Amino acid sequence: MTTALFEVIDQPIDVEEVRQKVLSRNAGAITLFIGTVREMTNGKKTMHLEYQAYPAMAIKMFEQIAKEIQEEWPEAKVAITHRVGHLAISDIAVVIAVSSPHRKIAYMANEYAIDRIKQIVPIWKKEHWEDGTEWIGDQLENVPYPQGKPAIQEEENL
Amino acid sequence: MINILLFAHLQEALGESKLSVELSDVTVAQLKEWMEKRYPQLSLQQIMTAVNEEFATDTTIVKSGDTIAFIPPISGG
Repeated sequence: MTTALFEVIDQPIDVEEVRQKVLSRNAGAITLFIGTVREMTNGKKTMHLEYQAYPAMAIKMFEQIAKEIQEEWPEAKVAITHRVGHLAISDIAVVIAVSSPHRKIAYMANEYAIDRIKQIVPIWKKEHWEDGTEWIGDQLENVPYPQGKPAIQEEENL
Repeated sequence: MINILLFAHLQEALGESKLSVELSDVTVAQLKEWMEKRYPQLSLQQIMTAVNEEFATDTTIVKSGDTIAFIPPISGG
């Protein structure tokens, strides 16, 4: 079992392993966020997803998020594991564990972590639908790039 | 020599995940321009950049030996 608090792995995530990384005798609460692969997005059916990461920088950004949490909530302890590669519907893509003496901080710090992951951690997902694929342009899934990149003039010819 | 990393749709557009270019002491903006001229299939204007695993701006100077990653809008989590 690894003890690294922040990981990017290409195997299924063991939720219990992530939880154990934030165990503390001072903790009265542990929150677990488990991000899973959703089948339907805006009426469109996902067959599977493919996640890609820039692992070295992703780990640095996880550490940056942990530092920000430490500044805001010094008693919180955080561990994050993100999976990459081929993921099926309902597979776990990310697990965030936060422990703290009282529950409120564990909830707040955990939500802060997932919000920041979607802002600064270099990880991308590619949707695979029945009728095609697309690298998703942001975490809200409302700015996909149909041709795989932002619209520019030359796209008109495609 | 500058090392360049490409991800997601940029990687697919180029057919490569990394490459090295014989440049040094250029800004990120200049490097983007140079890349787009050499590889017309790349559009880098809305793409973020990391220099040695830290987010950079268009005015950041890139030196020989640096690793530059072009970071498309992210969608992790």
